[in-house]
This record gives sequence, C-alpha cells and structure tokens, in this order.
Amino acid sequence: MNTSFTKLTAAHIGKDMRLEWRSRDVFNSMLFFSILVVVIFSFAFEPTAEESRRMVGGLFWVAFLFSTMVALNQSWARELRNGVLDAYRVSPAAQEALFFGKCIGNFVFVAILECLMAPLFVLFYNLSSVGAAWQLVLILLLGTWALVINGTFFAAMSIRTRNRELMLPLLLLPVSIPAVTGMVSATTAVLTGESSPMTHIKLLAAYCVVFTAASFALFEMVLNAE
Amino acid sequence: MLRSQGQPPLSLLKDTEAPLTTDTLPVQAKNVSKIYGRTAALRGVSLELQPGRFYVLRGENGAGKSTLLRMVAGLSQPTQGEILIFGKQTREARQEIGYMGHAPLVYDELSGMENLRFFAQLYGIKSDAPLEKALALVGLDPRLSRRSGEYSQGMRQRLSVARAIFHQPRLLLLDEPFSNVDPESASQIANVLAGMRSSGTTILLITHQLGLLANIADEFLFLSAGQLVSRSSVPQATA
Repeated sequence: MNTSFTKLTAAHIGKDMRLEWRSRDVFNSMLFFSILVVVIFSFAFEPTAEESRRMVGGLFWVAFLFSTMVALNQSWARELRNGVLDAYRVSPAAQEALFFGKCIGNFVFVAILECLMAPLFVLFYNLSSVGAAWQLVLILLLGTWALVINGTFFAAMSIRTRNRELMLPLLLLPVSIPAVTGMVSATTAVLTGESSPMTHIKLLAAYCVVFTAASFALFEMVLNAE
Repeated sequence: MLRSQGQPPLSLLKDTEAPLTTDTLPVQAKNVSKIYGRTAALRGVSLELQPGRFYVLRGENGAGKSTLLRMVAGLSQPTQGEILIFGKQTREARQEIGYMGHAPLVYDELSGMENLRFFAQLYGIKSDAPLEKALALVGLDPRLSRRSGEYSQGMRQRLSVARAIFHQPRLLLLDEPFSNVDPESASQIANVLAGMRSSGTTILLITHQLGLLANIADEFLFLSAGQLVSRSSVPQATA
C-alpha cells in the first residue's frame, strides 16, 4: 500500500511546481533580487572585459546564494501555512521524500533562474568564456546542487524559529564557505583560462556528496524536532 | 467524580467485557507526561480507548487536551511514558490514524480534490473514488475547481475533515472540528463522525460544543491541569 520513494518524491515536486505556478512567490522574489544584483554591480564597477572575467564568478555565485536564501524560506513557509507539515508527519510516507522533493524543486527553480540570468551577466559584463563550456555547465550543476541541498536543509531547521529570516543566513553561510570558494574559483578558472578548474570541481563534487548524505541522514530528526 | 488539583490522577484503565489484546486497543497511554521547560503540560496520564467508541476530550484551556491529542497522533513525543496505537509505536501505525488539527492542514493554492489527490499519494491511494466519497460525505463537490484558500471557513473545515478520513482510518483524532463553523456545517460534520463511529472507527475529539455530540459520544474524558481526572458517559461540566 505504501507509495515508493520515487513516486512520493515526484508527488512533492509536482505539488511544489503547481503551488509555485499559482502563487509565484518564490520565483519572482529570486528573479528580482538577481536582476538588482547584476544591474547595481555593473553600474558600481563599470568593469572592462578582462576585469569582468576575474570578478564575475564571485558576483554570479553570491547573487545566486542570496537569491536562493530568499526562496528557501518561502518554500518551507508554504508547508507551515495551515499546518500542512503536520498532515505530512502523521502520514505513513517516507519523510526523506519530502526533503528530496523540495531539493529537486528548488534546484529546478534556481537552474531556471540561472538560465534566465546568464545572458544578463554576459550582456552587462561583456563576457566570453576562454575555457571549455562543458566545464562551466558542470560547475553550474554542482554549485547549484551544493547551494540547494544545504539551503533546503538549514531552511527546514530554521523554519520554526522565531527569527527564521536571520537564522537561515547565520546557519547556511558559514557552512557554504568551502562550496562557494570552490564554485567561484572554478568559474573564474574557466572564464579566464589561467588555470585548470578540475581541482575545484572535484572539491565541489566531494562537498555535494558529503552534504547530501549528511542532510538525508539528519532530516527526519530536524523535521520532528520540537 | 471530579478530583481537585494536586490529587494524584485516577487510574482510568477500564475493565472490558471481553478481553482485548494490546494490538486491538486503538490507544494505550501508559503514565504519559509532557514537560515544556518548567511547565508540565501533561502529568502521568494513563488511558485505554476501546475500539469503535466515540470519546470526547474535555477540559479548561491549557489543560493539555491538544498536547495529548498531538502525542497520540505522533506529532509530539512524551517526555515520559509510552503511547501505543493498536499495540504498535505511533510511527508504525500511521496508516491507521486520521488527524485533524486546529489548522485546516490543506494547501490554499490547491482545490479540494487536488489537495486530497496529493495526500492520497502519501497513503498509497491511487483511485479518486475514496476521495470523491470523502468529499461527498462532508457535502463538498469534488468537481469544485476553486482554490481552497477561497473557501468559506465552514467549507475549509469540512475539507479538513475529508482529508482526515479519506483513507478510512481506524483511529480518528480531531481537535476542535466545530470551531468557527456555521451550525449547518457543524451538524454535517457531526453526522459524518456518527457514520464513522458506526462503521467501527474509534474517535477521540476535543470540543467545547457538546450539544452536537450528546447522542453520538460514548464517553467524556476530563483533563485538568495536565491530569486525566475522570471519565463519564454524560457530558458533565468540569470543576
């Protein structure tokens, strides 16, 4: 009678997509925040193409790190509204499926945002990649997953605290430092072509594996914490 | 019958006519306490509920009614003691439990049927038939495409009842199902509960509106200051 983990995860993704399509409260806030970062920094620095290649990796990932945080609180807040999380907790469904579904849903939202924002970065910072494009795609995938897996986990942890908007950055940012360093260094390496990004990509991959495993192992405890 | 505060709790484990094994008892709470910081929400509550009976949990505000209900539902863990549902730990008996809390426990952006379809997947139910039946029972049209956030309070409450019963639980837990609803909706919900009791579901319900349940409820349990002080077949007032 129990639904498989895959089907439960798919049910959560479908539900999250439908809720987001109808409310647009997550995606709109992410999009406007990212656009503001791109525009404000481009006016503040007015960089040349060469300078852009060196700094845009950092700017790109910081923009997505902060816009992801804006979205993550919202994505859990809708589970708390009307006490829906309690309905899930009393059901026999695997609780990790909720977490995995949320992670994939958030990954899709951030990935769509990155696809929309990438042309803006190219336009405003006069960018062209010197390194291999496939490496850039790999960095995007791993970097986005690193942001989302940690962000979703720590947002679940902070959602029931009184100052959740403050608590999430306090928990998430220190833990994200190794991942952000890896993402920025790897992206800069590909854009400038000055060094190989592979060491940073491997670091990022290891980070994703470790934090995915840890988040899965600890999620049930976080969900049922009183 | 009632006991004053400070006295030890009554033992409310009842003898039954036919011997019941622990795995047929819908709820078995053994010396359950719940402590939040320095406050004891529940103190040494022991309780057995018999199958197919309708129990109403009563008591003043802050007596620990919702805490007890949440612990039976598995949403909160006892600080001390143990709760068994049909002889199993609560997490192993989730398929058997239907729960309705203070909040409606549904997504505002989804229609009634969309809500039930999502929750049905959590219980491994693929067919729409039990969902349509549950909605019809509470007087909601399954074809209603309006988002539940646009429902009236009474409709939301009835949807919440449908969400709690669509998987035909053997134990139904309801926290104030008649609050903020019009008399017609309240009466409709009471009729649904009466039907469920007749079909063998054990019901544990918190309410202050006893008039609706006078002819349906089998027993009234009284909580006071975190202790179960009496149980009675008549809805007497607490001290």
